Amino acid sequence: MAKQSEIRYLTPVSVDVKKKKYCRFKKNGIKYIDYKDPEFLKKFLNEQGKILPRRITGTSLKFQRRIAQAVKRARHLALLPYVTDLMK
Amino acid sequence: MNNYETVFILTPVLSDQQMKEAVEKFKNLLTEQGAEIVNEENWGLRKLAYPIDKKTTGFYTFLEFKADPSVIGRLEVNFRRDERVIRFLTIKQDHFAFEYAEKRRNNKGGKKQEDRTHGPVKETAKVEEVELEEKED
Repeated sequence: MAKQSEIRYLTPVSVDVKKKKYCRFKKNGIKYIDYKDPEFLKKFLNEQGKILPRRITGTSLKFQRRIAQAVKRARHLALLPYVTDLMK
Repeated sequence: MNNYETVFILTPVLSDQQMKEAVEKFKNLLTEQGAEIVNEENWGLRKLAYPIDKKTTGFYTFLEFKADPSVIGRLEVNFRRDERVIRFLTIKQDHFAFEYAEKRRNNKGGKKQEDRTHGPVKETAKVEEVELEEKED
């Protein structure tokens, strides 16, 4: 009876620690996000051209605001699309 | 006097000569009103990310200048009145932007301008993709 209650796994349980996210702007000391550089801004967009949330990219709030500002400027100047499919 | 930068897009139907004329017009407009042009970049004919007025390309011009705030209003009125301009954006540089712009001007002579004229580089896109996938895990 005691044996049946024991939980057994077919594959060994992985216990690797999740890598901590970090803000790349703080880490690299980037102070200004340029709206004229669409290739860089694409790092913060998904395939549909939407801005990725902070919980995925790990950006700090301060720089998330600046990314949003820069992306919106780039969209206005047709450097980035407002809506699209399969951007990458 | 504040530092400003402006990007405007001219219609692709213009000839090279007409395009230069249009750029010259706006530069003169600025200098006449006491603005000092710090930097001028011509990004050439670029593909637009989405069509504007049924056009898929446009001539991009980037200007940096020092001016009084009153100049901006007049400049933008002229942008709106001019049919050759299909899109424009003027921003005031805060001190982070100003530092960045200075750096950009200094290494402009090298590879930066080449990148601009040849359009976006494809290789970097691939690297980004890999980087992002890593993050989503």
